[in-house]
Amino acid sequence: MKLFLRTLALLCLLCAFAGCGRKEAAAPGAATPIRIGEFSSLTGREAGLGQYTHMGVLLALEELDAAGGLLGRPVEVIAEDTQSKAGESVTATRKLVSRDHVIALIGEGASGRCLEGAPIAQAGRVPLVTPSATNPKVTEIGDYIFRVCFTDPFQGTVMAKFARDSLKARRVALLVDVGASYSVGLAEFFKERFKADGGEIVAEQKFAGGDKDFRAQLTAIKAANPDAIFAPCYYGEAGLILFQARQLGITLPILGGDGYEAPELIEVAGAAAEGAYFPVHFSLESTDTRSRDFVQKFTARFQKPPTGVSALGYDALMLVADAIRRAGTTDGAAIRDALAATHEFSGVTGRITIDSARNAHKPASIIRVRDGRFQFVETVAP
Amino acid sequence: MPPKSQLWLLATLVVAGIVSAFSGRIDPYFLDVAMGVGIAVTLAASLNLINGFTGQFSLGHAGFMAVGAYSSAVITTNFGPKLLPLVGGQVWILFPIALVVGGLLAALAGLAVGAPSLRLKGDYLAIVTLGFGEIIKVIFQNVDAVGGARGLVGIPNYTNLFWTFGVAAVTVYVVWALLNSTYGRGFLAVADDEVAAEAMGLNPTRYKITAFVVGSFFAGVAGGLYAHLKGYLNPGGFDFNKSIEIVVMVILGGMGRHVGVILAAILLTVVQEPLRQLGDWRMILYSLLLIVLMITRPQGLFVWPLWKKKNA
Repeated sequence: MKLFLRTLALLCLLCAFAGCGRKEAAAPGAATPIRIGEFSSLTGREAGLGQYTHMGVLLALEELDAAGGLLGRPVEVIAEDTQSKAGESVTATRKLVSRDHVIALIGEGASGRCLEGAPIAQAGRVPLVTPSATNPKVTEIGDYIFRVCFTDPFQGTVMAKFARDSLKARRVALLVDVGASYSVGLAEFFKERFKADGGEIVAEQKFAGGDKDFRAQLTAIKAANPDAIFAPCYYGEAGLILFQARQLGITLPILGGDGYEAPELIEVAGAAAEGAYFPVHFSLESTDTRSRDFVQKFTARFQKPPTGVSALGYDALMLVADAIRRAGTTDGAAIRDALAATHEFSGVTGRITIDSARNAHKPASIIRVRDGRFQFVETVAP
Repeated sequence: MPPKSQLWLLATLVVAGIVSAFSGRIDPYFLDVAMGVGIAVTLAASLNLINGFTGQFSLGHAGFMAVGAYSSAVITTNFGPKLLPLVGGQVWILFPIALVVGGLLAALAGLAVGAPSLRLKGDYLAIVTLGFGEIIKVIFQNVDAVGGARGLVGIPNYTNLFWTFGVAAVTVYVVWALLNSTYGRGFLAVADDEVAAEAMGLNPTRYKITAFVVGSFFAGVAGGLYAHLKGYLNPGGFDFNKSIEIVVMVILGGMGRHVGVILAAILLTVVQEPLRQLGDWRMILYSLLLIVLMITRPQGLFVWPLWKKKNA
């Protein structure tokens, strides 16, 4: 009984602790703040993605507040963690929509989890802008779902075009993470375009997210004698793939998707990362003044350079802010209409125009890893 | 006058039905958490029959849940438009049929896994079920008809408070009634001492398989509820961690306790929500909470001397 009471006391303490946090979050301001919800993978397997996005959103929020907020009201971002776990996004978005009454949502850079949360935003008539969910199905969910990044078909097509035209590759091997919708989607669109251009897919190897050893697949690929390897996946696996490929003596160019873009790629693969190519939404070497400005501010604020998703997170919040300003109200339908009418919005990732399918139209930059850093190669326009 | 336990079941069903009728006025976030609780109770109570009462160690509960989730979702999503007119357009007829079919397929999977592997004891079974859970996940990841790795989208949101709590009540009742029947005493006998049970003329393998099949059935039904609650299924959601989550509920509640396991399922589901305020610290605190609870209450959180084991 004593033990039970002790446990109970401990639980009460924890609950009280949790209660404190709640009050802190809802600090009363002069005017009621405009609440924008963010749900991203702040912990778990894709924490790098979520945290870099979140930093971009934070920077945008600080700039908005410094400029006096929106419509004369301060702006508040309520961030929820999805733990990189299936099933969590639903609860997180339901909380943001029904409990916090957010007027817009920014969220989940990973397509799988965005597909989970988006129907709730759609049903609640809350406009949602995803920073980096590239799967085409996401915006097909409904007319309240937007994105500021390019899509998987675009990425796959661009890389196929790049492999064929710039790398002069005729035979390509695929290495696909069958556990990630992102990887499967990219591979599909790459294959379609590459074959249409007269290329040949000589091998198609599979792995599951979280795998650490790719030597078996890479050996099979080596045996097929391709000109290049297309291995769309996130940076964690990509680093290991690059490292093990070079160990096996494979010196071919290895192509990926925007998931490659993280400093961890070079940390994991080291010198083996040389000769990796991938498309990015945003290049640190961009000469555009807005982009340069963003890189400077971000580095000053967080003591590290931004990644593509940081820039997309920043653009996502700025795009929403722009729509709220143009709508002149916090009404969901009005903001949706304003978002849909976005034309040549000058973001840090380029000029964004929202098309009729609610996707962003903008160019992609191809990056090559050289001398341990991400080097800009060329721009491919849609 | 039916027995007291059946009155309890009936009362729970009636209350769930009445509350559910007013669910339109309840905050959707609160509803989401409440339905999550109902599903957690179903999962924990069904696993308790296998891990707690029969003394086996299954680590594949999420796999059975996945079987139920996918099969019922396919019925309502792919065949729903054709089947709905057959039942007069009534969702409340189609949905339970989908749930039961999902449960039956999960039970079938349970039989397929259990029949050969339940001849093994202890750790071996844990490893076999662990493997099964992973296989199921990988199969769904590779079947394009159910969305593959991209996940199954557009599942109708049929799950409501009545179904979640109704199913939870039925599960708890069935497990309770089964164990308090003459036949059911065999489960406890197998858990206590397999050799002695065999000497008394019981067939331990048969009991273990029965427990496994019944447990899998309810896990499958819970999976169906989960699918129609979230509206989206991703094979990644049924990984090893999900199985562990359910095992933790059973262990924390006290293996082979009815009330304890239900309370643990409720606690572990609800406690994650206030912890949301803490952001990055949430997962650390949640894990810390589990460690502290396991150190201070290794026999189970909700076991205290008032409820002696097997006092019924």
